[in-house]
Amino acid sequence: MTRELMPLHELPVGCTGKVMQIKATGAIRRRMLDLGLTFSAEVAALQKSPSGDPTAYLIRGAVIALRAQDAAQILITPAH
Amino acid sequence: MRLVKPPAGIKFSGDDSRSEAGRGGPIVVALAGNPNTGKSTVFNSLTGMKQHTGNWSGKTVAHARGRYSYRGQDYLLVDLPGSYSLLAASAEEEVARDYICFERPDVTVVVADATCLERNLNLVLQILEITSRVVVCVNLIDEAERKKIRLDLPLLSRLLGVPVVGTNARDGRGLRRLQEAVYRVASGEISTKPLRVEYGRPLEEAAAQLVPAVREIAPPDLDSRWLALRLLEGDSSLCRTLERRLKKINPQKSEALAAGIDSARALLERQGGGRAAADLVVAAIFKTAAGIARQVARAEGGNSRQWDRRLDRLLTSKSFGIPVMLALLGVVFWITLAGANYPSQLLAEAFFRLEERLGALFSAAGAPPWLEGALLSGIYRTLAWVISVMLPPMAIFFPLFSYLEDLGYLPRVAFNLDSFFRRAGAHGKQALTMCMGFGCNAAGVIACRIIDSPRERLIAVLTNNYAPCNGRFPTLIVLASIFIGGGGAGAFSGSFIAAAAVLAAIVFATAVTLGVSKILSQTVLKGLPSTFVLELPPYRKPHLGRILARSFVDRTLFVLSRAAIVAAPAGLLIWLLAHTTVGDFTLLQWGARLLHPFGSLLGMDGYIVMAFLLGFPANEIVIPIVIMSYLSSGALLELSSLEQLQGLLLDHGWSWLTAVCVMLFSLNHFPCGTTLLTIYRETRSLKWTAAAFLIPTLTGMVICFLVAQTARLLGLA
Repeated sequence: MTRELMPLHELPVGCTGKVMQIKATGAIRRRMLDLGLTFSAEVAALQKSPSGDPTAYLIRGAVIALRAQDAAQILITPAH
Repeated sequence: MRLVKPPAGIKFSGDDSRSEAGRGGPIVVALAGNPNTGKSTVFNSLTGMKQHTGNWSGKTVAHARGRYSYRGQDYLLVDLPGSYSLLAASAEEEVARDYICFERPDVTVVVADATCLERNLNLVLQILEITSRVVVCVNLIDEAERKKIRLDLPLLSRLLGVPVVGTNARDGRGLRRLQEAVYRVASGEISTKPLRVEYGRPLEEAAAQLVPAVREIAPPDLDSRWLALRLLEGDSSLCRTLERRLKKINPQKSEALAAGIDSARALLERQGGGRAAADLVVAAIFKTAAGIARQVARAEGGNSRQWDRRLDRLLTSKSFGIPVMLALLGVVFWITLAGANYPSQLLAEAFFRLEERLGALFSAAGAPPWLEGALLSGIYRTLAWVISVMLPPMAIFFPLFSYLEDLGYLPRVAFNLDSFFRRAGAHGKQALTMCMGFGCNAAGVIACRIIDSPRERLIAVLTNNYAPCNGRFPTLIVLASIFIGGGGAGAFSGSFIAAAAVLAAIVFATAVTLGVSKILSQTVLKGLPSTFVLELPPYRKPHLGRILARSFVDRTLFVLSRAAIVAAPAGLLIWLLAHTTVGDFTLLQWGARLLHPFGSLLGMDGYIVMAFLLGFPANEIVIPIVIMSYLSSGALLELSSLEQLQGLLLDHGWSWLTAVCVMLFSLNHFPCGTTLLTIYRETRSLKWTAAAFLIPTLTGMVICFLVAQTARLLGLA
């Protein structure tokens, strides 16, 4: 089974994935890293807001909401 | 970052903690931690009322200090801003890092969330690299117990090499032991051996290569390895700070050092597989953190977050999320209005009785009538009005809001509403600052600090006044009751109409806020949307007693001080205008005559516009000024029944259109004096303060004009 990279915002609710790469740079990248989105960290999509954006993710035990445009900067491999 | 804080009025230089300490001075304890760990509760529990808040110098980052005594020794507790990391991605983190690195507190206490140890250890491990005099405070242990998370704190202490104390700050558990640990570390009774993170060979070698060059320029008490790692990461804010604080050569400007950094980076590049130093650093820290958390925290009973997940699924769901939110807001308003009614009345009656006594005193003392008039009818009565109208609702609204904040619900509001604000070019947290504005716009403006990006913060500040504050509720309610509700029958339905009117006003205000935000973000405040990162903390049971006490006291003090500073002079001015006659008319009447053509264009009249202008210091005196003007009574007056008021207004040419325009203008006009002053303090820009004055006013004029003229054209009024 090929492990493709998928941007985080496409991860369906209820699924988990592992972080492979962060495309963002600078302070935003730093913030994402500091929240625990390091290489091979597990992320789970918990739920979407009423309008579909942002989405709440479970990252290292904490629930963090990210907008789709920002989650798109995080590439993951989904766990099947 | 806590939302509900009293307006800050004190500016510190930020560096004076050390000067207070020294020989025989208090022991300086820095309090650090992630946001949402209950750090403020720890701070408040230890310092009680002996604290004050202010700003870090040059920044609008909140700063609190307090004192406590333990074992006969004085301690100065410095509450650092909540931060996820010291590797400075934001102003808060920079402040926290700079304090710990350069101010050298005697002890640093890091507050961690017992239910989320892994993430919290990121900051702990970073701090352990800077200072060894650390005590880790694992807070919210009651929450961990509830979620069946078992913690082995002694093991954690052994692994970290520093004392670890479990606390439940809300109930006061463990605080004594925390103070004891701080005492022992400060006195040297406990000598700590903090854990050092292993960064893996590539990074360690690169850092080791750089250390000698660093040692030349580094201050003696700053760890060279730590500094070398920061330089490899390319932390430019740290370099700027070094240059500023220590007047040492800027590492980035020293050629030898720059060359050393380049070669170390090249080494890293070769051996580290191309991954940036920053990534390697954070990855190593988290790997260590995860390893520790695995040994120390055990989640028994399977899914420990079941309740939170279920609640969130409901509260942020497509069908229930927003209706529940509106309903909750409605309930908050209903409680505020219904609950404030009776106390306001009582206060008003008490003030009135006092006024009569004072009046008798004045006559007995043979005081001239103008003195009695100015002091009593002018200043005293305005003061009395402002206090009796503002104090009860504020004393109810803000504690309720604090309750929701401590519950953890407010981030969910930002979560639900973010997409609206994003499409308006603003930030989801603006929903929260708007909500604060419903209590008091000055508080709402200060709350805008929770928005990191300056552009979006400014949008939130400029539009905050569209949210009607507690001071404008009476205007809206009274007019809605008369002209829409048909005279307010009965106390219960009266409250119901009142809440409905307020809710309708709020929906309208939200629409205007979003619209104006969008316009601003496409014209004067153009820019890209910032990164939106919102933590949704676990729901917690708020501690009712403490919230009520703190909020009540804060708000009461605020209202009283504002009454004295702002309302009293306003009262004097109004009295003077109403009693100084030039020719045939008083100054007040002259003003009204002058403004009348303008007023009627907007569906109002000259006296109403005068009232709005004179109500600049405090929104709640607008209707009383109108009443006073119509009755030519020369002093603020309360009419005892709605029917009387209705009669008075109708006699002076009011129609439903007038009421609607007055309500619309009340929602869309310049901020009150206190708010404008707060805006100036927060933005430190005359230009933006002027914009904050003009934008809502212009919006109001346009809206009222359109509504009035359209209605007249259609023959509706």
